[in-house]
Amino acid sequence: MRPLDETEMSAVMEKLYKFVGNNLKNLIENPSHEGPDSIPGRYCFRMNKNKIYYCSESLVKRATNIARPNLVSLGTCIGKYTHGGNFHLTVQALNLLAANAKHKVWLKPQSEMSFLYGNHVLKSALGRITETIAAGDGVVVFSMSDVPLGFGIAAKSTQDCRKLDPNGIVVLHQGDIGEYLRMEDEL
Amino acid sequence: MAPATKKKPSKQLKVKKSPKKVQIVPVKEDSSTESEEEAPPQHLELGDDIADDDSASELSSDGDEQLADDFLQGSDEEDENEEKASGSESGSGLGSDSDDDDDDDIVEKSRKIDEKRKREEADADAEMKTNIQEESDEFTLPTKQELEEEALRPPDLSNLQRRIKEIVRVLSNFKALRQEESTRKDYVEQLKHDIRSYYGYNEFLIGALVEMFPVVELMELIEAFEKPRPICLRTNTLKTRRRDLADVLINRGVNLDPLSKWSKVGLVVYDSQVPIGATPEYMAGFYMLQSASSFLPVMALAPQEKERIIDMAAAPGGKTTYIAALMKNSGIIFANEMKIPRLKSLTANLHRMGVSNTVVCNYDGKELPKVMGLNVVDRVLLDAPCSGTGVISKDESVKTSKNLDDIKKCAHLQKELLLAAIDMVDSNSKSGGYVVYSTCSIMVAEVCFSVATCIHRVYMFPFLCPMFLKYFSLNIIQNEAVIDYALSRRDVKLVPCGLDFGRPGFTKFREQRFHPSLDKTRRFYPHVHNMDGFFVAKLKKMSSTKPIAKPSTKEKDEEIEPAKDNDKPNNDINENGRQSSESETRRIRRYRLQTKNGEKADVTETSEPEFKKRKKRKFNREEISKAREEKRLTLIENKRKAGKQQRKNDE
Repeated sequence: MRPLDETEMSAVMEKLYKFVGNNLKNLIENPSHEGPDSIPGRYCFRMNKNKIYYCSESLVKRATNIARPNLVSLGTCIGKYTHGGNFHLTVQALNLLAANAKHKVWLKPQSEMSFLYGNHVLKSALGRITETIAAGDGVVVFSMSDVPLGFGIAAKSTQDCRKLDPNGIVVLHQGDIGEYLRMEDEL
Repeated sequence: MAPATKKKPSKQLKVKKSPKKVQIVPVKEDSSTESEEEAPPQHLELGDDIADDDSASELSSDGDEQLADDFLQGSDEEDENEEKASGSESGSGLGSDSDDDDDDDIVEKSRKIDEKRKREEADADAEMKTNIQEESDEFTLPTKQELEEEALRPPDLSNLQRRIKEIVRVLSNFKALRQEESTRKDYVEQLKHDIRSYYGYNEFLIGALVEMFPVVELMELIEAFEKPRPICLRTNTLKTRRRDLADVLINRGVNLDPLSKWSKVGLVVYDSQVPIGATPEYMAGFYMLQSASSFLPVMALAPQEKERIIDMAAAPGGKTTYIAALMKNSGIIFANEMKIPRLKSLTANLHRMGVSNTVVCNYDGKELPKVMGLNVVDRVLLDAPCSGTGVISKDESVKTSKNLDDIKKCAHLQKELLLAAIDMVDSNSKSGGYVVYSTCSIMVAEVCFSVATCIHRVYMFPFLCPMFLKYFSLNIIQNEAVIDYALSRRDVKLVPCGLDFGRPGFTKFREQRFHPSLDKTRRFYPHVHNMDGFFVAKLKKMSSTKPIAKPSTKEKDEEIEPAKDNDKPNNDINENGRQSSESETRRIRRYRLQTKNGEKADVTETSEPEFKKRKKRKFNREEISKAREEKRLTLIENKRKAGKQQRKNDE
């Protein structure tokens, strides 16, 4: 487990910014109640085996005596680095993203399952959509009962969505909670 | 119906009475009209006969005319008649007195009828009895020849089932139903044999079960093993509430109910139109599929917020996530799992359920104290590895696989893990200092530590849980004996688990005696609690001192240890150290006196823990001086013991 270096940190921040926008500040400065200390600590990012973990400092302190080959997970995993050196967010970051999301999309009940199978979000599936989405923004997908289902990248801005035909893709799928069942091994 | 017709002329006398008597059977109080004459002759007969006899006895002196006046008397008699009619039929036997003239014949006839009826009834009774006897006599144990024939043919299940039922019936009422030439043992042997072939157990296991339970309960137990327990799920209180979750799931078409009064987060699923493990709610982490018995160790552990917890065998993560939910994501949990393939499911579950205060590591449980350090955490949960996989309803091949070596190995493993768990707990922790030990089986077995005698003295008493068959080895571990071992090796004591609906553990079994506080452990059975077999024990660590090596720990020093622990608070290590060393020495003395295994056992005993102690010893001054003191005391004791034993041997 090691702290992130500059390039890695910036990559992570960029990705998060797409989804969370200015709430990034909240993400980092949120007082954390984890850890046995009564004083809430802060959150930080650590990397272990190409996976980035978002965890409280008290956790980090106590996990230092676990050897690298034996440490499996720490707090919340938010993403991983690919072979090519790119950073991808994984579905385990969903709780974090959903709490701070700037751009949201709500799906109709009958189209939830389609998204959970890994398909992109079509216009016909849209129930609601926040106004200020631009193409290329990170979007968090919710069900109508406000249960976070996953996240993706907006293919079109909100305005363009209106003009789209029903089969047009609105959100490109990047991660969904169905992966816990479909791709448990790859998480 | 000659008597009836003959009675008709004299019916005039009885007319007023007979209607009433006829009505004895249906309605007692009414005095009816003569329309009742038409009532079935039998009733008339009955009423008449009884009335005759009674009236005969009462009116014999009165004469015919007065019978009419005795209408009222008759009504008084009615009550008597009623009583007699509704009572035994033998009331009619009283009628030996002859009435006047006309009545004589009738009385005699009625008497004859009564006797005939009595005889018939007696015959019927006798017939019934002989029938019953025939039935039980019918059941004879099959002869050797029959058994051989059966062995050649494929097993006839219905026949086996019938025989099992018969034997159970005989055994439960042995005196009455047994056959003269068969002993109880024969019946039991045959029962074991039949259960083996019908249900597929192996001899060892079934022998133990039979010795453990009364026959009827044994059958209940075995039947309970055959059926799967209902699926339960646990609401994730970090994300939702049970009520809301239940509503959502019911809308999806799941038929569920709250689990029990002892759980506020459990739901039991009867059936479901959608796959319960693949609903969007499951994927969003609102609930976890878990067996009801898995709730128990976490409830016993009762983790508080901001505590440090270790879960030593965490995969697949049901208990760990429950702990995190109880702690509301505060504090820190170390989830350890030894097997790599299971780590994936553990991490996946943790993330799915939104747990953020957990560190997952991959170590062998025995090494954890080296990594984590000693006296570092507030609570430890050890769900000893005999569980997690294989329920008999899923994997029936397990019923027959087990052997003695596994047993020994697993006993050893569980004891080591428990000691490691105890070492990691901080006895001075403000809110904790507890170790919860649980296994998914309940066994009272005795595995002698000395290898030589091990084979002779293994009595397996599996106590439920289908899973025990797979890890029979682990399960034979005799949960009570493992806890016993821990009580002797470390300064811990048993405390109530808080699970009052379970059955208390054993403090004695057959000729074994365990520490009396072992009744604070809890056992759960499939046929009683409708959950997988489970054993839970909660230990509180009093101090970090380690008692000096003991001889085989079959008998416990009951009085001193609990008394001491109860009196003194767990604050000052020094105090505790001294007291515990005193109690230890006294314990040692008693063990030496009580040991039955002989010196061989002592030798094996002492070498092991000393070796362990050397590895784990922390070197700080207090502990060193304490250790020296203890050593000195034990040397003195040993000398004394040696002297005593010499004297004993000489005798």
